[in-house]
Amino acid sequence: MLPRPMRIAQITQEAIRVKTFTLAGELVADPGQFVMVWLPRVDEKPFSLVSDDPLTLTVAKVGPFSARLHELKVGDRLWIRGPLGRGFNIAGQRPLLVGGGYGVAPLAFLASRATEVSHKVAVVGAATKDDLFFEARLAASGCEVVVVTEDCSAGEGGLCTDVAEALLTEQHFDGVYACGPEAMLDKAEELCRQHGIPGQLSKEAHMRCGMGVCGSCQRDGLLVCRDGPVFDLEPETSQSASQS
Amino acid sequence: MRLRNPLVLAAGILGTGAQLLARVAENGAGMVTTKSCGPSPREGHPNPTVLDWGHGLINAVGLANPGVDEGVKIIARAKEILEPLGLPLAASIFAETVKGFAQVARKIADAQPDFIELNISCPNVSHEFGRPFACDAGDAARVTGAVKEVTSIPIIVKLSPNVTDIALIARSVEQAGADAIAAINTLGPGMIIDIYSGQPVLANRVGGVSGPAIRPVAVRCVYDIYEAVEIPIIGIGGVGDGRDALEMVMAGATAVGVGSAVRYGGLEVFQTILEEMRAFMVEEGHTNLNQLRGIAHR
Repeated sequence: MLPRPMRIAQITQEAIRVKTFTLAGELVADPGQFVMVWLPRVDEKPFSLVSDDPLTLTVAKVGPFSARLHELKVGDRLWIRGPLGRGFNIAGQRPLLVGGGYGVAPLAFLASRATEVSHKVAVVGAATKDDLFFEARLAASGCEVVVVTEDCSAGEGGLCTDVAEALLTEQHFDGVYACGPEAMLDKAEELCRQHGIPGQLSKEAHMRCGMGVCGSCQRDGLLVCRDGPVFDLEPETSQSASQS
Repeated sequence: MRLRNPLVLAAGILGTGAQLLARVAENGAGMVTTKSCGPSPREGHPNPTVLDWGHGLINAVGLANPGVDEGVKIIARAKEILEPLGLPLAASIFAETVKGFAQVARKIADAQPDFIELNISCPNVSHEFGRPFACDAGDAARVTGAVKEVTSIPIIVKLSPNVTDIALIARSVEQAGADAIAAINTLGPGMIIDIYSGQPVLANRVGGVSGPAIRPVAVRCVYDIYEAVEIPIIGIGGVGDGRDALEMVMAGATAVGVGSAVRYGGLEVFQTILEEMRAFMVEEGHTNLNQLRGIAHR
């Protein structure tokens, strides 16, 4: 699987530092899976998908590589290896989606696939209202959306996990699906344990091969690229997993 | 030293952490090799570093490693887990100079690996390190001898296929005191060019070729080495199933390395290869792998 060139068909500015690139082509992928995006003479880095048909990536400008991606225009090419890894799989009928910052992107894909799920709630967290994106996209996929910002500039004030905690106390959910910064995922894991419900957490790591060979992304014996990036958290086994 | 089975996790594959090594062991490997560790931390080459080009892999990770001071801790932790299971561990090391090899070996010996494997054959760092030591019989022997002087831990020397006469190099390192030979490291280096951008895909432009495509070369190398030396050979290169592993044994390998096959078969590949080997032995009425070793020479 060599990198496959794909042209950019559309670029949408989603938030202050966030652009969505819709490509002219598709993949067959699950929500939560990722692709390696290569720009010749620049770098190759992992990105989760927002849609597989057409292939859509949402990229926050956070470093030199994403800055280069943000310079691309409609008609330019980028190169894709993937889909890679293990994605989300909604098991129940009452999922709680929790997205912190740019972690909202794969959850939008997940929500768009979970059309048969009766009641889904999405907590969308961002630093400020200018960093918020995909509230409308999630609502359009049938989610009840709760917005939360750290500076109280939109929706509720605080962290997305604070809101998730309150929701889990008030309502019944049969699974938590989370993507975001590490501290947020740790909190989400804790909440799953407390409430005795399964979780699926999408993690990040420095990646090289993306196919479970080089070991660059390993964490506690698990390969983020191949065993993940979405990891199951079962109520019974969560404790033993953390000890291994 | 006895292995519970002949399969060895090859260096550079998954050997980055103690728990990951333990997981490979749980999945059936008879021995594991850690990712090559050098004198100081190295970032390695920028991405893309590893590609599946359709008939194998090509990589230029560039000896990314945390340095020997951290490496020795990883190995010590891995030993803690593997020792009770009776599973040996080989610590792969590299350095830019003969002296550097001896220094890294001395430090890594503190973690008491069962073997120290000398990676004198990485094809991806020649612009920094010059021609690999494995490409010259004298250089290869000097590194082997220097490491033998500083440690009593058995030494495996990993050879390069990118030479005119691998048997000559093998004999040279055996005379210098090598306890075993691992062959082969990746082939090449090779290059893959993206025809849309006109650019080499690997950021390093060139990389070592591994996987199914190189197996016939690996088998021939093991065959040539077996003719030349008495010490055991770990046959490595494109082994993906039981047939391939048996082929290595018949060429003369005592143990068989598994690396790129993890890309295709996951960690379960070790169990699968063992089962296929056993099934063949039963079917063909063989009772001992030793009886098959080197039969291609007879």
